[in-house]
Amino acid sequence: MNLVVAPILLPMLSAALILLLGERRLRWKALLNVASCVVGLGIGVALLIAIDGHDTTRAFSVYLPSNWPVPFGIVLVLDRLSALMLVLTAGIALAALLYALARWQRAGVHFHSLFQLQLMGLNGAFLTGDLFNLFVFFEVMLVASYGLLLHGSGPRRVQAGLHYVAVNLVASSLFLIGTAMLYGVSGTLNLADMAAKLGRIPAADRGLLHAGAAILGIAFVAKAAAWPLNFWLLPTYTAASPPAAALFAVMTKVGFYAVLRIWTLFFPRGHDGTFLFGADALIWIGLATLVFSTVGLWGAQRLDRAVAFSLIVSSGALLAAAGFDAPALTGGALYYLVGSTLAAAAFLLLTELMDRSRQLAEEPALVESPRDGAPFIEPGARPAWPADVNLDDDERALIGRAVPAALVFLGLAFTICALLTAGLPPFSGFLAKVVMLTALLHPNGLGSMAAPAGVAAWSLVALLILSGLAAMIALVRVGIRWLWAPHGRPAPRLRVIECLPIGLLLAACVGLVVWAGPVLRYTQAAAESLLRPALYIEAVLSTRPVPPPAARDVAP
Amino acid sequence: MEVVLSIAIGVLGGSGVWLLLRPRTFQVLLGLSLLSYAVNLFIFAMGSLSIRAEPIIVSGRPADLQHYTDPMPQALVLTAIVIGFATTALFLVVLLALRGLTGTDHVDGREDSR
Repeated sequence: MNLVVAPILLPMLSAALILLLGERRLRWKALLNVASCVVGLGIGVALLIAIDGHDTTRAFSVYLPSNWPVPFGIVLVLDRLSALMLVLTAGIALAALLYALARWQRAGVHFHSLFQLQLMGLNGAFLTGDLFNLFVFFEVMLVASYGLLLHGSGPRRVQAGLHYVAVNLVASSLFLIGTAMLYGVSGTLNLADMAAKLGRIPAADRGLLHAGAAILGIAFVAKAAAWPLNFWLLPTYTAASPPAAALFAVMTKVGFYAVLRIWTLFFPRGHDGTFLFGADALIWIGLATLVFSTVGLWGAQRLDRAVAFSLIVSSGALLAAAGFDAPALTGGALYYLVGSTLAAAAFLLLTELMDRSRQLAEEPALVESPRDGAPFIEPGARPAWPADVNLDDDERALIGRAVPAALVFLGLAFTICALLTAGLPPFSGFLAKVVMLTALLHPNGLGSMAAPAGVAAWSLVALLILSGLAAMIALVRVGIRWLWAPHGRPAPRLRVIECLPIGLLLAACVGLVVWAGPVLRYTQAAAESLLRPALYIEAVLSTRPVPPPAARDVAP
Repeated sequence: MEVVLSIAIGVLGGSGVWLLLRPRTFQVLLGLSLLSYAVNLFIFAMGSLSIRAEPIIVSGRPADLQHYTDPMPQALVLTAIVIGFATTALFLVVLLALRGLTGTDHVDGREDSR
């Protein structure tokens, strides 16, 4: 299927075209970018539908970009998991771009081309079936993200950018060391070929294999923002411009994707000698991340910090779930991944709109304060009212007054985002947690109590629930402060183009609930095929290059 | 040769990590560069270390790793060098921007309050 290469080529060509348009002609660049994003989303959905049409054993689509025989040339592999990630990325990209059209695209010159390059890196990382190619696409994605992070400039972004670049360069070094060691042990870079050869590695080399895999794992886990390698995430995501931050919400999931892909391929159950290597470490790293982010969420006073911590919560839950190596749990975790990423992206966009409403309220207060000696309003603190304002009068005056549409939108969107993030019914966060908890408590399927859950499973159950509670407390606190406490604040002026992407993302989350059955069936199928790596290996290694036209004429 | 190469990688990597943990941005930059040299040499070592062996097949010599060096790590190193060079250059730009914006070369953008 030739369409498999399109998610990489399309953004690359769009980025090149946008660069050719020069530094002005913003309208054309925006149009090109939107068109490319819409087509990309269409391609993603088409690939997802096509791959879902096959049964589990044949749900792979392998593409040989240079038509070399399999273990030698690079391969692109599409399976259910990568198709899901492609659609998720394209959806969030479209929303972030629409939001950026309102204001942020004017904050720097190369926003549109960097945006498309970032998409190219993301899509490539999801599609590639080659370890070194994965490194290259990681770098494409990261270099574009450095540019996007600095978009809009300012000391805060530059400083966060310096730390972010340094951390990622070190992680890339670790990635290279791990890749080189795995190549040294197995003599190949093709993931499927390597997975097939790992079983035959002599016992003397197994230490080297494990060391290489562990170093590679550290690089991935640092990108997935697992504790203690996640100190870069908070300053970066709170400093980045909202559309860039929304796109970055997918980037932490790339680390998780790489861990899931490579660990299920290399260390499956029943592989003697390398049996489930590092699964325990993965579980405990995930749990430690959950503890860290739950405590952080509890204490978060500002909305953007709370959202960043909720991203780390989802990373921790996903990594821990990946370590259990159970299809039902992994399927639930993939459903959780989609829902939580969409919610985090919507929330990151919403943060700016809510901040804007606060800034509007603060300006008049600052002008008045010298006259009547009222205290200055500190950012993030409760607005202090001048002593001579009678709050009761003010409230009475408010009765019967229509609430401005902008405030209604902000309130509704905030409530839905909070419910999604905290995992409360009726939204997808709740469903995902129910599926994951059920899989944890009944490892052998519902109704059978044969194998009781272990300490790690109970810890994950407790932490999943506690992190939801912490998210609820933090978000209710922020919500009361932002939406209820201030009276008589002028309604912020929102533009349709800013509200539309948030609405679309939230609609997608509602869609996840309405069509929870088909989506869960899909993620379960993806998890099952992940846990049967022989299918992936067989699908890749059995692919033959297309014969050149001349040979085809001669052959019959 | 193995010992010399591993000592070289160790010294480069060790000094790279030490510089990386220093508070000045330029030291961090040098540390990252040294670390990437160490990594490049390491990738090289993961092929086979051989003297007077070339990666390109010539006629009349059997095509196996006894007579040739592994071309794959060389290709990987080339790619890694290019990518590492570009990202280090980018780090340099961010470094200069931070210096211009904050007036200090401390990685946190302000001096330690000691």
